[in-house]
Formats: sequence, structure tokens, C-alpha cells
Amino acid sequence: MKLKGTQILLEVLKEENADIIFGYPGGTVLDIYDQLYKSDLKHILVRHEQGAVHAADGYARATGKVGVCLVTSGPGATNTVTGIATANMDSIPLVVFTGQVPTSLIGNDAFQECDITGITRPCTKHNFLVRNIEELASTIKEAFHIARSGRPGPVLVDLPKDVMATQTDYDPANIKFRNYEVAHKPAPKKMANVFDMLQAAKKPLIMTGGGVILGKASEELTHLSRKYQIPVTGTLMGLGSFPGSDGLWLGMLGMHGTYYANMAISHCDFLLAVGVRFDDRVTGTIETFAANAKIVHIDIDPSSINKNVTVDLPIIGDTKATLKDLLRFLEEHHYAQDAVSRKTWLDEIDEWREKVPLTYCQNDEIIKPQYVIETLHKLTKGDALITTEVGQNQMWTAQFFQFDRPNSFISSGGLGTMGFGLPAAIGVKCAFPDKHVVDIAGDGSIQMNIQELATAAQYNIAVKIVLLNNGYLGMVRQWQELFYEKRYSHTDMTYAPDFVKLAEAFGIIGLRATKPSEVETVLKQGLSVHKPVLMDFRVSREECVYPMVRPGESISQMTLGSREIIN
Amino acid sequence: MEKKAHVISILVHNKPDVLARIAGTLGGKGYNIDSLCVNTTTQNDISKIVMTTAGSQATVTRIENQLQRLVDVISVDDLTNVESIYREMVLVRLNLTTQNSETVKKAIDMNKWKVIVSGDKYVIVEITGDKTQIDFSLARLEPLGITDITRTGLIALKLED
Ligand SMILES: Cc1ncc(C[n+]2csc(CCOP(=O)(O)OP(=O)(O)O)c2C)c(N)n1
Ligand SMILES: [Mg+2]
Repeated sequence: MKLKGTQILLEVLKEENADIIFGYPGGTVLDIYDQLYKSDLKHILVRHEQGAVHAADGYARATGKVGVCLVTSGPGATNTVTGIATANMDSIPLVVFTGQVPTSLIGNDAFQECDITGITRPCTKHNFLVRNIEELASTIKEAFHIARSGRPGPVLVDLPKDVMATQTDYDPANIKFRNYEVAHKPAPKKMANVFDMLQAAKKPLIMTGGGVILGKASEELTHLSRKYQIPVTGTLMGLGSFPGSDGLWLGMLGMHGTYYANMAISHCDFLLAVGVRFDDRVTGTIETFAANAKIVHIDIDPSSINKNVTVDLPIIGDTKATLKDLLRFLEEHHYAQDAVSRKTWLDEIDEWREKVPLTYCQNDEIIKPQYVIETLHKLTKGDALITTEVGQNQMWTAQFFQFDRPNSFISSGGLGTMGFGLPAAIGVKCAFPDKHVVDIAGDGSIQMNIQELATAAQYNIAVKIVLLNNGYLGMVRQWQELFYEKRYSHTDMTYAPDFVKLAEAFGIIGLRATKPSEVETVLKQGLSVHKPVLMDFRVSREECVYPMVRPGESISQMTLGSREIIN
Repeated sequence: MEKKAHVISILVHNKPDVLARIAGTLGGKGYNIDSLCVNTTTQNDISKIVMTTAGSQATVTRIENQLQRLVDVISVDDLTNVESIYREMVLVRLNLTTQNSETVKKAIDMNKWKVIVSGDKYVIVEITGDKTQIDFSLARLEPLGITDITRTGLIALKLED
């Protein structure tokens, strides 16, 4: 069958089960858009290409599928870079199609030409420039395969206009591409090692990360913890991989982790770290991180091993398959924890939990941001898909919304991209139209991709924005308060639009709460309508995120606002 | 940790920008490439890159891991830890003058350097060997007045798989 490049693109997308594209047209992709016009493939027209990538990213994080975007060459392509880098840092599978000038013009500084494969080389898992029509189908297939295999990541495919206009024979049964899937290799010796370490341990701890969610290994991890009564802490990216309502859950660790999680890390004698990369926001000073523990590190990417923290036993492998192997080994060899020592350990943790719980003070006058999040959790019974922006809003969400399911906390962890939450929520809502999808936002961040309210309005994508409006770039202000003697250099955001009017101008619903007594009403009202809603919560302006580990300190030394706890 | 030179042999799919990917990955993460040699193997679509870099064992392991992550990289081998042979080639041009031509010719005979081109005004010699041999020859060539020099990077081959 003879098909044009543009037709082949849509055919392969269908084969790859891509059911939605987030995109923005332009000169070099006019032909592709013309083909889309004749096709029934769903396309969401965003208002900025960065929004397209974040939306595809949100879609991918919520579904575990590959997210797809389509943009034009030059500025369309460069506008995707922040989105691609965001996905790359968090290992999110995306395929980003960029238009390119015709091959005969490449290298001539043609109108809207830019070397996007060169620009994105360091922030993609891989990228391609399709040089001729014969390579097109196999390249697209390979791009999807690379995006989702091994440690996932974004792949960019640059499509010159002339290649897409050329015809060639297309035979879906006969597309050849390289296979990168590495077969899982069981490591029985290592399992025996883990067995011995676990047997010797009196204070075992599991640390779960984004790799558990990406590897769809939550069930195995949860089973391991519950069966052998091993408490669990997690990184930001790991939230939801273990039920937040479970008594064995200690909350997030690290800079804004719970006191008890950080104390458990500091005191444990065995740490099973799964799908994590020991980011510096998590470890505090490396020398004191889990200093008393034998550390086992399971990760699919060898380059994550011994990168930041030197571990006693690295196991390179798929998190799900490896945890299955481990569970089987422990069962077959009749591992049973020593009930007495395990109880002592869990009691010790509970003492820390009681000594310094996660808490805040809500009065009658001023809305506390944490209260808004807790109320949102209460009203949705936790059954919501939550995206966040970056800053205090993100940390409070991580602390105060209990995530019970994987793929329900969607946040830019590695890159920390302000402006991620709204377009990501749009992507999530496209995948789950019947679920509550809420962007917990900051007033600074929301203004970075506010134009996507128009996208939500156009397609009636009923995302809900819970704006924790403190009139500050709050997280930066917090650092200025703590480390720069309150010199609030360029962090005051009081000059901002009237968000309710702004929402209305975009054709969505705007609501506001200024008193604690209004919080529940506004949330209920916002959640109940099938339209996009922006809820502007005027929160306590100088609230800080606590507890906190100061940069360069051990995670056992936490600052708790006025009370200092040093151990 | 002790820093030393490592010779890394990398098999790659011979894609247009594979070299840029490798150089970019290392440069972007702050690692130095001291020398680099690239060419195809017996298979046209597979190239071998031999690269030297200096660093502690931990740093070099990190480099290997970063390279392994690249989609076009097939394998990465640190030859420093296995028995291998090393070769490098140097081309040197020496200008001939009435004063030096006798000394130069004598030195060439004595050291058994291979002359590739010899004219009235200059002579070009080729030296091939491992690092010690090259250093030895260069020390003797230098006083003769080198006017131009080109060195390949180091290439290496494992004795056994
Ligand atoms: C694109 C981008 N620019 C700058 C930063 C640095 N930064 C991190 S948090 C933050 C403040 C965010 O303010 P806001 O969205 O109001 O959230 P808050 O901390 O007040 O909840 C800034 C500027 C960033 N993370 N991303
Ligand atoms: Mg703010």
C-alpha cells in the first residue's frame, strides 16, 4: 500500500495505541495537520507548546502509557524544551514530534529552522531526525519502543516537511527496528544476600521511589512491607507507590520529609531502596545518610547505582520482576521476622511519630494552606488525581494529601518546573474524565502556563485548580526568611491578576475563599461542577514548610519552625 | 582516590550523530576526553571508538554507565583492567637547512624512523608505537626542530575476549 509520510505517521500512531495528541500547528506541520483534519485521532490544541508537552507528560504519568505531542519547527520546537527536560528528569515516556524545514534547506538557516535534535540531545532519552521516507515508519516505532522500554524517557522525532510529503510502500507487518528490551535476569545469589541482611537486621526500612511507579511494582512492594512488617518511607516521586493510609507508611523523607521518616533513615540498620536515585534533596549530607545501615539498591538503570550514595548490594533490574524474585525467595526460604525486635523498632518509630507529628495551626482568621489540602483530601476521600506546581504548594501536598494509589500524585520532581501542574492536569483529565483531577497550585507557578485555561475551557476539560495564593514566590521567600534575614528580594507577588475575574475571562468558573470557614464550601462547590474551576484560596502569607532539613545538613537534624530538634 | 588514565573501547551503531552524543554526554557531565579515535569495524554499520580519559575508578565507572545509557552504544569496555595492546601514530615534519640536514639524517638512520616523504627542504617521518615508544622518539625529535606534528589518538585492542 502506497502512503504519504503524513499518512504513515497517523497509521503508526494508531498501531501504537496513541489515542490523543497534544499539539500546536505551524508551517512545517501544515501537511500533518491537514491529515489530522481527515482523521478521527483526538487532538487537543494547547495554547503554548510547553503546555503540550506537560499535558502529554501528565497523561503519561497517570496512565503509564506513552504521551504524544506534535509541534512545528523553530520556535514551536524550542518551546518544548522545558517540557522535555521535565519528563527526562522524571523518566516519563513521551514521543515529541517536531516539524522541520525540508531536508534540502537544513543547515541553511532557513525560516524557522533550528537544530532541535542538537538542542535536545542532553535532555531526551534519544532523538531522531528522519532523513528519508523509508526510515519513517521504523523510526516512529523505535521511538515509542525506546520511550517505554528500560528506564523510560522522552524521545523526540524531527520530521522534515519534504519527507512527510513523499510517498512510499507501507506494510505494517514488515516494520523492522532495533529492540532494546533487556530480559530480566534473576540473581539468586543476590536474593540470598538480601535474605541474610534482612535476617541480621533489627531495624529494616524500605525506601520507595519513582521507579516503583514506573515499573508498576507497587503491589509487590506493598506486599513485601505488609507481609514482613517492614516500614516504608518514600521520595517525592514515590508517593502513592505505598498506601499513605497504611500504618507502616512513614511519609516522605528528605528536606521536607517527616521527622519520623528521617529518623528512621538515620537509625535503620537495613535499607532496601527501590527505584530511587538518592537525589541531594532526599539524602541531606551524604556521609550521614543511613549511616548505620546496610543498603540494598534495586534500580533498572546501572548509572543510578553508586552515583550519590555508595551501597552494599546493588541489584540492577526491573523493580517489579526483582521484587517478585525477592518475595519468592523469602517465602521459599521461610524468612520470618523476629517479632520482638520488629515490635521494638516499630514502637521506636511510633515514638518519633508522636514526638513530632506533621502538623500546623489553623485559627479562625487566616486560611492555612495545609488545611485546604487536608479538606480537599477529606472531601474527595483521597479519590482524586492530584498534580502540583512547584514550591511550597508542592511540598504541602506531598505532606498533607494521603496518596493511596500509584499514578495519583503527578508532580515535577527532578527538574522542579513551575507551570507544570495546570497543563499536566489537563492531560490527566483527558485520560480520566470521570475522576477528580486537581492542580494544587501556587500563585507564582500558575501564571507560568495560565494560558492553558483557554484549552481547558475550549474542550470543557473539567480540571480544578486549588490555588494556594500567598502573594509570594513562597518557597524562595521561605529561604530568604531563613537564610537571608528576611530580605525578600523580588519574591513579592502581590501584584497579580484578580484570579476570579481572570478565570471568568477565560470562560471558566472562578471562586474565592478568604476565611477558614469558607474553605469547605468553596471546595465542595468547585468539585461538584463539571466545568473547569479556579479556586483562589487567600492563605497565610508567610507560612513556612516544616519540618525542614537545612541545605548541607544531616537529615536527622530538622528545623521545626520555632522548635529546634537536634539528634 | 587515585586518578589514572583509562582507555575505554566503545562499540556503537554508526549513526550520524553518535559521536556528538558521546562527546555531549561526557562534556555535559563534566568529564574530560583526552584522546579519541573512531572508525568502522568489519561491519559498516558498527563503529569502534577508543577513548582515553583520566579519573578515579569510581569516576570511570560512572562514565561507563553514562555511556551505556545511550541508545546507540552497544558496549563499553575499560581496557585498563585487561591485557591489551596500545598503538599511536605520529607524523612529524622536520625542516632541513644546510646546518641541520646531516644531523637529521643521522638521527633518522640511528633511530630507524620511517621516512614517508623526503625533499630538499623537509622530511616527514612516521612513528608508531605505544606511549613509551612515542615519548622516547619525540624526545629525540624535538631538538631537531619539529615544524609540524599530528598525532592520532591512542588505539587499543584486547588480547583476548
Ligand atoms: C520555571 C521555574 N522558575 C523558577 C523556579 C524557582 N522557584 C522554585 S519555587 C518558586 C516559588 C514558587 O512560587 P509559587 O508558585 O507562588 O508557590 P509557593 O511556593 O508560594 O507555594 C520558584 C520561583 C522554578 N522552580 N521553576
Ligand atoms: Mg505563592
